[in-house]
Amino acid sequence: MYCILSKKTLTPVTTEYVIEAPEIARKARAGQFVIVRVHERGERIPLTIADRDADAGTITVVAQEIGATSRRMKELEPGDSLASLTGPLGRPTEIERYGTVVLVGGGLGIAAIHPICQALRDAGNHVIAIIGARSGDLLFWEDRMRQVTDDLIVVTDDGSYGRKALVTVPLKELIEERQIDRVWGIGPAIMMKFVSLTTQPYGVSTIVSLNSIMVDGTGMCGACRVSVGGRTYFACVDGPEFDAHQVDWDLLFSRQRFYADEERRALDLYEENCKAIPEQEDAR
Amino acid sequence: MATGKEQANARHAMPAQDPQVRACNFDEVALGYDHEMAVEEALRCIQCRRPLCVTGCPVQVRIPEFIKALREGDMWQAVEFLKDNNSLPAICGRVCPQESQCEALCILGRRGEPVAIGRLERYVADWEREQGVRVPEVAPSNGIRVAVIGSGPAGLTAAGDLAKKGYQVDILEALHEPGGVLVYGIPEFRLPKAVVAAEVDYLRKLGVSILFNRVVGKLYSLTELREQYQAVFLGTGAGLPIMMSIPGENLNGVYSANELLTRVNLMKAFDFPNWDTPVRVGERVAVVGAGNVAMDSARSALRLGAKEVHIVYRRSREEVPARAEEVEHAEEEGVVFDFLTNPIAVLGNEQGGVTGIRCIRMTLGEPDDSGRRRPVPAEGSEFEMGVDTVVMALGTRPNPLVFIEADGLERARGGTVVADLETGRTTLERVWAGGDIVTGAATVISAMGAGRVAASDIDAFFQAGSPGPWKATKEDVPA
Ligand SMILES: Cc1cc2nc3c(=O)[nH]c(=O)nc-3n(C[C@H](O)[C@H](O)[C@H](O)COP(=O)(O)OP(=O)(O)OC[C@H]3O[C@@H](n4cnc5c(N)ncnc54)[C@H](O)[C@@H]3O)c2cc1C
Ligand SMILES: Cc1cc2nc3c(=O)[nH]c(=O)nc-3n(C[C@H](O)[C@H](O)[C@H](O)COP(=O)(O)OP(=O)(O)OC[C@H]3O[C@@H](n4cnc5c(N)ncnc54)[C@H](O)[C@@H]3O)c2cc1C
Ligand code: SF4
Ligand code: SF4
Ligand code: FES
Repeated sequence: MYCILSKKTLTPVTTEYVIEAPEIARKARAGQFVIVRVHERGERIPLTIADRDADAGTITVVAQEIGATSRRMKELEPGDSLASLTGPLGRPTEIERYGTVVLVGGGLGIAAIHPICQALRDAGNHVIAIIGARSGDLLFWEDRMRQVTDDLIVVTDDGSYGRKALVTVPLKELIEERQIDRVWGIGPAIMMKFVSLTTQPYGVSTIVSLNSIMVDGTGMCGACRVSVGGRTYFACVDGPEFDAHQVDWDLLFSRQRFYADEERRALDLYEENCKAIPEQEDAR
Repeated sequence: MATGKEQANARHAMPAQDPQVRACNFDEVALGYDHEMAVEEALRCIQCRRPLCVTGCPVQVRIPEFIKALREGDMWQAVEFLKDNNSLPAICGRVCPQESQCEALCILGRRGEPVAIGRLERYVADWEREQGVRVPEVAPSNGIRVAVIGSGPAGLTAAGDLAKKGYQVDILEALHEPGGVLVYGIPEFRLPKAVVAAEVDYLRKLGVSILFNRVVGKLYSLTELREQYQAVFLGTGAGLPIMMSIPGENLNGVYSANELLTRVNLMKAFDFPNWDTPVRVGERVAVVGAGNVAMDSARSALRLGAKEVHIVYRRSREEVPARAEEVEHAEEEGVVFDFLTNPIAVLGNEQGGVTGIRCIRMTLGEPDDSGRRRPVPAEGSEFEMGVDTVVMALGTRPNPLVFIEADGLERARGGTVVADLETGRTTLERVWAGGDIVTGAATVISAMGAGRVAASDIDAFFQAGSPGPWKATKEDVPA
């Protein structure tokens, strides 16, 4: 169960996995995520469902290798299984016919906005996406994104591919040029904050997907607490999508960093023992 | 040893790890009686003809009978008597609040100490486990499929009882391990996970299948499950943590007890980095609340290296809801109790970390609905306490996820499910419920008892020939 069917290196730091998960594939909606345990002693990490194929019974996730767990995941090969896979979790994106919408995907966020673009387009919206990364080699899924959008704008910070700009620059231009009915911004927290700051003066409703630290993903632990509009929510069950203009960003930043020391320790240890991967004990 | 006549009124002490040693490890604190001690303690029971102890037990364990068999050395007979009404005795023997249940009513308690019923129960059950799990006779399959949602004590018990009667049972569990609070909440030092694993093994041998990582309400709805299964038992517990809603509660270093305990127990963060999940507990810890959950959090914090751990509780010692033994153990290990104290804010620094809590002293006023005297803040008594970690152990509510697309299922205030306590029947046809999801946070034995009641009613429902129209309460059920 939870067998990895294929694995593809998208950039030097991101990998796409197609995983056998027929029940999740049937039920998942845009905006939802799964919780993965890579091995029997592994931590539970959330990953967005970037695509699904109900007929084939598969889901696709894209993971960025930033720490011990995501790097260990990269060592799995097609045919290997995850220790566990739980989902679909979180509330689906609210899909309506809004009119013209802009989805901003920064880095890994490209994978996260992909299913949302698709669902919004299916619902009859005019879908514009802005995808960006620090440099061209960190961009991925440009083709796939073209298929689910009406307009695709590609930017890089250093100009090595597409237009040289931060994602907020074309976003601002679009808002000034034409009627934009709703904006989504998904990516690193700092990028989401700037997307929010960009749209706020224009009063364009903006949704972000908050990537707080999670454990169970079912509302049981409260690790994922975020503050939105002065109220506390559990991102895993009340979100992960929230009204960007109401988010307490500083709280999100600080809570995301809580385990920075431990994460570094785990990564150091991982690198030391790089080859000594724990056996897949009793993988269910 | 309680051999001299002058000590006949005292129970046999429970061997335990030394407090200083155990406060640094996660091994079980209470070591259990050996055979000699167990027999000695069993001999204290005067075999009452009308045993009051039994009326104090929520599931009426056959206490004098199992004790008699034990002291006569007929261990299998003791096991049989014990398991007649309690399918999880190794667990209940360890975690039941005996002092307010069976042992509270034991006749010996009037002039000395009551018989140590829980410890004997544990002894008999541990003995059985050491013999290797014996699989009882299972009735031939009747082809009726039952979904049990949640693998806590309520779900495990319902599943076991039904499997023995020939039902085909699937347990659907949200997490990646079975046991509910028994694995993610109650720590290893109080309830070794091997004890829970043995119960689960037993269920597997009965033919129960356990499907992990299935969050009902997300992956399937209750409505869908009712189409796939002839009966559904809801045993999803009360797993949603209640926070205080005071300023500073989201600072780094403020945990819900559930988060701390889940990281430590389910994810084995105490063994980080051998296990990947981290947990961070500072030097000075305040645990808010005084139930079992608070004691478990406080004692876990000590074991994770905290130098000073406080239990901060707004009522007084008399109202402490935790098991007496846990409070004793916590005190022996050095946990400090601050009674009549209530936090009103968590204080933090620039980096978003906790630096302390602001508290107010309380006095006890008139009794409230629960019969306990209501704590009233004493004006002008505010003070600050320097801590770097705060654990909120204020109680829990049912998790509402399972109610997504569960039309027709009536819920009470506080988010529990309405169910008949004598049958487990809910307002939704062919759906039973039991345990914390019905009662709110309660006890292992009451959840187990509810699982058993529902299993027997499910059987009665299908035995009644072609199941008739759904009657939600016992009065409606034809005899
Ligand atoms: C709803 C949601 C969807 C996400 N979707 C994706 C995705 O599609 N692809 C992807 O690569 N990443 C995604 N993330 C982030 C991903 O979970 C983290 O990158 C991952 O946990 C890092 O683990 P690690 O051990 O490799 O790195 P670590 O070194 O452990 O952590 C690096 C950083 O990741 C974050 N993180 C660590 N542990 C957790 C945790 N248990 N839960 C959440 N965040 C954590 C922290 O901010 C930390 O500073 C998502 C997060 C959330 C909340
Ligand atoms: C830390 C702690 C210490 C305690 N100490 C004691 C003690 O010493 N003595 C005592 O008697 N009692 C104690 N209790 C209380 C006792 O553990 C509970 O009353 C008992 O476990 C309730 O059993 P249950 O089967 O109703 O639910 P739970 O044990 O809560 O199990 C419910 C299960 O359902 C699963 N679930 C929830 N939602 C879903 C869903 N949507 N889909 C699928 N699965 C789902 C959960 O993951 C869980 O595994 C303690 C509780 C805690 C938290
Ligand atoms: S189940 Fe609990 S209350 Fe009942 S006899 Fe055993 S220890 Fe006592
Ligand atoms: S009340 Fe006490 S002495 Fe009497 S039967 Fe029960 S345990 Fe034995
Ligand atoms: S991750 Fe535990 S409540 Fe959200």
